[in-house]
This record gives sequence, structure tokens and C-alpha cells, in this order.
Amino acid sequence: MSPSSDAKTTPKITAQVVAKVAHLARLDLTEAELALMTTQLTGMLDHFGDIDKLDLSAVTPMAQPFPIKNVYREDVVVPGLDRQEVLDNAPAPQDGRFRVPPSNGSES
Amino acid sequence: MESEFVSVVNIVDSIRAGKTTASAVLEQHLARIDKRETEIHAFNHIMSESARANAASIDADLKAGKERGPLAGVPIALKDNMCTRGVPTTCSSKILEGWKPPYDATVVTRLQQAGAVIVGKTNLDEFAMGSSTENSAFGTTRNPLDTSRVPGGSSGGSAAAVAAGFAAASLGSDTGGSIRQPAALCGVVGVKPTYGMVSRQGLVAFASSLDQIGPFTHTVADAALMMEVIGGHDPLDSTSLDQPMASLTAVLGQGVKGMRIGRLADMPDGCEPEVLARLDAAFVALQAAGATIVDIALPSLSYCLTAYYLVAPAEASSNLARYDGVRYGLRVESADLISMYGATRAAGFGAEVKRRIMLGTYALSAGYYDAYYGKALKVRRLIANDFAVAYQSCDVILTPTSPTVAFPIGEKTSDPLTMYLCDIFTIPTNLAGHAAMSVPFGTGAHSMPVGVQILAPALGEPTMFRVAAELERAS
Repeated sequence: MSPSSDAKTTPKITAQVVAKVAHLARLDLTEAELALMTTQLTGMLDHFGDIDKLDLSAVTPMAQPFPIKNVYREDVVVPGLDRQEVLDNAPAPQDGRFRVPPSNGSES
Repeated sequence: MESEFVSVVNIVDSIRAGKTTASAVLEQHLARIDKRETEIHAFNHIMSESARANAASIDADLKAGKERGPLAGVPIALKDNMCTRGVPTTCSSKILEGWKPPYDATVVTRLQQAGAVIVGKTNLDEFAMGSSTENSAFGTTRNPLDTSRVPGGSSGGSAAAVAAGFAAASLGSDTGGSIRQPAALCGVVGVKPTYGMVSRQGLVAFASSLDQIGPFTHTVADAALMMEVIGGHDPLDSTSLDQPMASLTAVLGQGVKGMRIGRLADMPDGCEPEVLARLDAAFVALQAAGATIVDIALPSLSYCLTAYYLVAPAEASSNLARYDGVRYGLRVESADLISMYGATRAAGFGAEVKRRIMLGTYALSAGYYDAYYGKALKVRRLIANDFAVAYQSCDVILTPTSPTVAFPIGEKTSDPLTMYLCDIFTIPTNLAGHAAMSVPFGTGAHSMPVGVQILAPALGEPTMFRVAAELERAS
């Protein structure tokens, strides 16, 4: 989170930035999708630059309509979801667990 | 509509009085589905078999003198982003195709306890992202009043199901107008309750700080009854408001005498003249019924679109991270975990969902967070402050629900930003967490219905429903 709060909402978005964001979002986009997304995101972010006109320095951010507080229930055992019913929805259940491919990919 | 039993209240009364049965009412609705569903495509999944069994059990119970609740025998459709145990729930996305939730959403449980007969799961824009129901992975829903036009969205299937008489009422979800706009475009009543009034437990999350479930109905009284059934505190939703549901059916006859109705002094550009003419007529009707019209300003209104289209995708990009091919839904096999995630999500999500995930991920990413998401949250505060000032001088605000009547299928699909502009009047309510509803009020261009939107402050439902009932009397 490096930029200051007066950072402008109109940086030029490049195909490289879009490719990086796609990786962060775990979306394998095709070259055509990357090109289209670059054009469309540029158009939207240009429009969204309208809020740069506003002086927001004294405004408190609002992430929720109403204040949120932790909600606790009594610490008693209640029935959970049926294990088999949950596993039946998994693409590759095995021995009561979710099977996944090895995680030794080339993550950057 | 073609049946005297089409309103929820009429159905309940007729079944109770022994003039008809839950099974007979259901068959009338299933017959309409048989006749027009191929053309309209309101549903992703029709539940004729379970509905018939349910209706028969209700009839047997009523015959035996058992009480079955305030909605006994009413055929109701559910937007396909609400969990139904053992029944496919797809969000109109390939990534959830075939998923059968292991639990029911709280609203589903409450409807069933009230005696409702669930007839099916309705089509939507994928993950509720859209304003026309053209973004569904399973095909477009058509407007029953003119099948060359969209029904609106994202709850287009739920609006169309009620408008076509496939169900007496339905539930939708509203993140930026997804109940009110399709209600307006299909000529039915649609309610977006105060944030936290209806439980979100079991509603597949799009943007958690904006999402609310609400009803589609033919009449204001039906909407009030539906709200009383589905509303009220739920311990399973941590954002559920901890207070009893206000009575809405009791206030409908109270009128608007002495009420102050807010009118935007500066109307945003882009509204069809016929839509504005109907809004003017609504003000005249309320004035004639004893209300006072007050000019108000919402100076931040034009910035809401930007705030919304940064906040909602940001929350969506986080909520949709759960679709990873591990626990449910689609998986595209790959050599390692990271490439499995990327391939699964690429194959499972449609173009609009990808676009919003990208926009949200960008807006939240290091280096851009303050410039986008952080600023959007501050603009959200500005509109909430605008409303607080406005509601010092008025009780409710009237606007168009949608700047236009239902538009032709395909007209706005090539330019996402044009589609986003459909939501200009509806998104401020979601940003503020307030209540709003759309009431049909005559027709505009191409003889298509126009909806008038009533905006009310948080927990302002009783006042809002009084105004809605008055508009219904005048329309």
C-alpha cells in the first residue's frame, strides 16, 4: 500500500499489469482476453477518474452500512453438515478428504 | 393476469376458504410454465415433482385441520443463487453446475415453514453480475411482456417468473438494483429491504456489504406479506439486524396524508421522457392523497456509479476466490495446484464475472488500493451523508427505478459501462444500506412498464410500504 491517499485514479493500465492481475486472481486469460480486458479496464478506470475531483481528505471510509461487531453463540456442540453430503459435491473426493494436485508448481 | 388466483393474498384466502386447493393452484402455474417457459427461459431448474408432493401434503394437512402457515399453498420461485438442500444451485455459472448444497438458505427454510410451494430456481446474470440476465451461462431470459426485450437483471428470471404467472411470488437478491430494476422492467413490485433485515445465510455471496434478499410480487400487499415471512433476525447471519420484523401488512391502508415526499432537484441525464412523465404523475398522485412534495439534493449521486463499481467488484473478487476446483463445482485437471486453479476459473467463469474479478483484484492490489478501493469507501460515506441530510426534510424520496423501459436483447452487451449506467438510481440505496422498492406505475415507450422507486432510510419499510400502497391505488 505505497501510494498516499491523494493518489489519482487514472494510471495508464498496460497489458503487463493486466497479466499480473490475472495471475493474482488465478485466472488463465487468453491473449485475446488480455487485450480486450486491457481496453475495457482502461475505459472503466478513465470513467472512474471522476471521483478525483472530490476532496476526500476529511472523509471517513465506509466499508459497511452499519457498524459490525463480533457475534458469538453459546459454546455448545450443534450438528454440522453431513460429511458425505459435502464430499459428494467435490470433484475428486478420496478417503473422506478433498484430493488436489501437487502444490509444487512454479509460484512467483 | 389471466387467473383470479394470481396474487399471493388471493391464493392464501381461496385455499383457506376451501374454494381451491394448493394442488389446483400449483397446476395452474405449472400449466403456464408448460406453455411459455421454452420461450421465456425464466428457470434454470423446475421442481414440478417436489412441488406436487409438497402441495398434496399441504392440502392433506389443511383438510385435517392443521395450520400450515401464512403462505400455505403459494407457488414461489427462488433466484438460483439461494441454497436449496439437495437441489442444484448454479448461480447461472458453469463453475457451480451440478452443485447440490448440503443445506437450505434461511429464507428457504422460512418460506417452507410458512407453507410456500417452491416451484423452481430462476435464471440470473452469472453470480448476479449484470442488469439484463444476458450474462447467464445457461442462456438469456426474455421479458414476458415483449420477448424481444430483456427482463432486466440480475434477478431477471425471478421477475419474469412472476410477470408470466409461473409463480405467484419469487425471491431475488439486490446488490445494486438487481431486484428493483427487473421488477420495473417486467411491471411487478420488487423490494430491496434495509441491509440486515433479511438473512443472507445461504445466499451465495457477491458483494457482502451490499447484498440483500427481497421479494417480487404482483401487489404491494403480497410484498408486505412476503417480507413478514422472510424478514427478521437470524443468528446464522452475523450482519442480521437484531430486532423483530416490523408489521407491514398492517400499515398499507394508512395513506400518505402529511407525509413529505422528496424530489430530486437535479435529475441525472439519460432518462427517457416517458419515464420522467410517469414520475411526475406519481408526485401528483401522492400530493392529491395529502402528501407534500419537497425538493432535495443528493450532490454525490453522480459519483455513486464509480463507488459501486469499485466496491462491488472488490468484494466479489474476494468472495469468488472460493471457486477453486477443490471442494465443489467444476475442476479442470492440471499438473499442479496453481495451474489447476487458473484453468478451472478460466473455464468456469463467464466474461462479465472475469471482468469484475479483474477490476476488483486490481482495485485491491498493492499500489492501487488507496487510489481505488479506499477512495470508493469515502465516496460511499458521502452518499450516506447526503441521504442523512435529505431525510431531515423528507420521509421518502421518489425517483425512477430505471432511466429507461426494458431495452432490446443485445443492445448493451458490447459496452459494459453502458450496461452499468442502468443502475444509476438503484445503487445509492445499497451503498447506504437503506430500504427501497419499485412499484409499477403505468407504461412508457413501446408500451412497456415504468417503475417508480421509493427510497426510504434504514428501517423505513413501514413508511415506504404506505407510499407504495398509495401509488398502487393511484395507478
